[in-house]
Amino acid sequence: MPDQPVPDQTLPGQSGPDQLEPDQSGPDQAGQDQAGPDRAGDRTPGAHVVLADISKSFGGVRALEAVSLQIERGSIHALVGENGAGKSTLGKIISGAIPPDSGRMLLNGQPVHFHAPREAIARGVVLIAQELSVVPALSVAENVFLGDEPRTAGVVRRGRLQRRFAELAGRAGFDLNGTVNAGGLRTAEQQKVEILRALGRNAELIVMDEPTAALSRPDVRKLHEIIRNLAAAGTTVVLVSHFLGEILELADQVTVLRDGRVVRTEAAAGLSEESLLAAMLGTTLASTFPVKRYAATDAPVALSVKQLTAPGVSNVSLDVRAGEIVGLAGLIGAGRSELARAVYRAHRLSGGTVTVADSRPVARRRFDGPRAALQAGVAMIPESRKEQGLFLGRPVRENVSVASLDDFSRATMVARRAERRAVEQIMGRLEVRAAGQGSAASTLSGGNQQKLLFARMLLRSPQVLIADEPTRGVDVGAKRAIYDILASLAADGMAVLLISSEIEELIGLAHRVLVMRAGRVVAEYDGDDITEEAILGAAFGAAEKGVS
Amino acid sequence: MSQPQATQEPPTLASVVGSRWQPRDLLMTGARKSGILLPFLALFIILSIASSPFFSKVNLLDIVDQQASTLIIAAAGTLVLVAGGLDLSVGATYALAGVVSAKLALTMSPLVAILVGIACGLVVGLVNGVIATFGRINPLITTLAMSFVISGLASLVTSGNLIIDYSKPGFADIARTQFLTVYTSTWIMVAVVLAFGFLLSRTTAGRYMYAAGSNAEAARLAGVRIQWIRLLTFVLSGGAAALGGVIDSARVLSAQASNGQTTLTFTVLAGIVVGGTSILGGDGAMWRTVVGVLFIALIGNGSDLLGLNPLYDQIALGVIILLAVGSDAWSRLRLRT
Repeated sequence: MPDQPVPDQTLPGQSGPDQLEPDQSGPDQAGQDQAGPDRAGDRTPGAHVVLADISKSFGGVRALEAVSLQIERGSIHALVGENGAGKSTLGKIISGAIPPDSGRMLLNGQPVHFHAPREAIARGVVLIAQELSVVPALSVAENVFLGDEPRTAGVVRRGRLQRRFAELAGRAGFDLNGTVNAGGLRTAEQQKVEILRALGRNAELIVMDEPTAALSRPDVRKLHEIIRNLAAAGTTVVLVSHFLGEILELADQVTVLRDGRVVRTEAAAGLSEESLLAAMLGTTLASTFPVKRYAATDAPVALSVKQLTAPGVSNVSLDVRAGEIVGLAGLIGAGRSELARAVYRAHRLSGGTVTVADSRPVARRRFDGPRAALQAGVAMIPESRKEQGLFLGRPVRENVSVASLDDFSRATMVARRAERRAVEQIMGRLEVRAAGQGSAASTLSGGNQQKLLFARMLLRSPQVLIADEPTRGVDVGAKRAIYDILASLAADGMAVLLISSEIEELIGLAHRVLVMRAGRVVAEYDGDDITEEAILGAAFGAAEKGVS
Repeated sequence: MSQPQATQEPPTLASVVGSRWQPRDLLMTGARKSGILLPFLALFIILSIASSPFFSKVNLLDIVDQQASTLIIAAAGTLVLVAGGLDLSVGATYALAGVVSAKLALTMSPLVAILVGIACGLVVGLVNGVIATFGRINPLITTLAMSFVISGLASLVTSGNLIIDYSKPGFADIARTQFLTVYTSTWIMVAVVLAFGFLLSRTTAGRYMYAAGSNAEAARLAGVRIQWIRLLTFVLSGGAAALGGVIDSARVLSAQASNGQTTLTFTVLAGIVVGGTSILGGDGAMWRTVVGVLFIALIGNGSDLLGLNPLYDQIALGVIILLAVGSDAWSRLRLRT
């Protein structure tokens, strides 16, 4: 790891930079000898955590780049940014869930190198992840003291466990029954269990990753109160959130991240939603996109969705015309993929209709699945190509032909020559690079794997193509190739519904952009109105949960 | 600007084929693709040299004929495994069909006895399949539970006795008729293995089996009706287990409820897995199963002929299964990285 001096701005009156040097020789000392956090330590304000030049890459992708910031003791410090800005990664690094590639971290002025969450926990740093981790079959009290049960010769002392729980819950002001099974609790109550677990381990710093994303409004308000009380009692809270209103209401300090870098860290008092949004906006990268060829305004509607309600989607209506590329924007969890899957019948609908072209319903029966959608002319490239798309160990040919095998078979026997020819043709058209049709899909590069999925769907000549994150995890050259494919399909009259978390892609490709939030379409932009400001503003939402 | 000749390099094999394919990889893939075939041939040659009676038409045909029912059941089991399922009830189904057909053969024509016996297996397979697919209960649990039910039914049919058909030698014709000096049991096995092999490698249903076992969600999103495909494999597995049971009952003109059972189930599974068909689904082939089952048979036959302690057979078999499954798991790990 690089031996750079700590930037000056990180250390007001705390340990000087010279104290940092010894840790370079012994990176393993973190959390080994210190059995527990020093609760007796001073409660006076000061740096609780100092990060210096923290960098982290996943594969070839930079998630964090030389991030430096300081978190004050007893404060609520918010991390904010777009999807992929690095805020969750930073939260995980602080709490030891993932180690940084390089850079230094000071906890209470001492250098630490966490390699596992348990090392961070031993030093009083606890992460409450977005996906809660209660053990459903254990009671609330058992969950709170999991791994730390009062016991005699390995036998858990239930009475003492409950007494300790009651004492802890009372101290935190939580009204929770310790004896019921944690699996039956609502999300908000499970969150309380996690908070108690953190407090039970004498946590001094709690990292909360999107704690309110899955909560109802009254629960959000209660959680805000809990967070405020924690801070008032001296616990430092790092809040990762994309609800701007919530951040402004709760946080003392706000750090804005963009593309893995710190844009700025400021006191929340001087910030507004507008200034936060402005800080999150990036300079648009000069990615090259094919020229937009707008569909004729009188082009027939190819896909019509009316009042569709499904898991994660509520009452969405939209039309896509033949030859039109409609972009779906929104934050992770806004319901974009859920909408795509509902239209494609990968999820069951609980209400609404989906029709193709001449008002043909995509499916007639409630339990009809993707097969019915494909037969109606709707195709989908799923979000995760490895989990939902590819047969990794199977040959390229089988991967491509699987959805249209009936076209290449006589009396259920596969006509292998016809199959090979069709696969060869479509692979040539999409310029898929593979050693041969017989090589396993796993041997292809990410971009070519993605093209395989395009090839599979295009062999069916659909009228409507839903592409869910079609450029995720592919290199720049393949991205451009996929843009060209999408644009040329639309030019040939296909209706394309494009989901992407990269806003430039939507701006560069889509003729029209719909923004989703909390399962609904909340805004629509076309032409020159498609801007990053507009899309982000709508995605983050003007009326915040926390404000009400 | 760079020199033009600096960018021009003669195409190497690696650049044409793709840099992923190093010679070592090719060797690994080659070894993995041929799998058990090389050890099988090696064992075959060793036995041919070490034991003079081994390489004789009588002995070789005898080995194959003894494995007829195992091969029939394993052929269908390959379909189940490729499609991502597992059938632990074949031993019990084998017993049920055996005793049902043996009992009916006492009073009815052999043809009726045989057909009803096979029908029993198809029904068992249907029930297994419906529970495991549409009922969404893990196939391992489903077929394990069903195997108890089926065993119980078989005991009810026999009332715990041995059924003896010596008075009805016509029942034996299905297995003991000779055609071109080979028993019908062997011919039936060959026909079934070829038919299932064709189904797996040449038909749309076979392709869908690979797809369903390789990545069920991807197959569903590609429009494959994975539940129907898996149901089909369970029905075929039940039918094949029953056919095996009927053939063996006819062969010895007797049957009891304790025939086959778990020993057979695991022998079949071992043969499939040793052949190299993945227990995780999506990968495998019919020829592999044939070689795997015969490999296990060779171990037993060879140690008989050489007069070795049969207890060593089992130890050797266990080690071979571990190696077979281990090499599959390790190569999958390599695939993932």
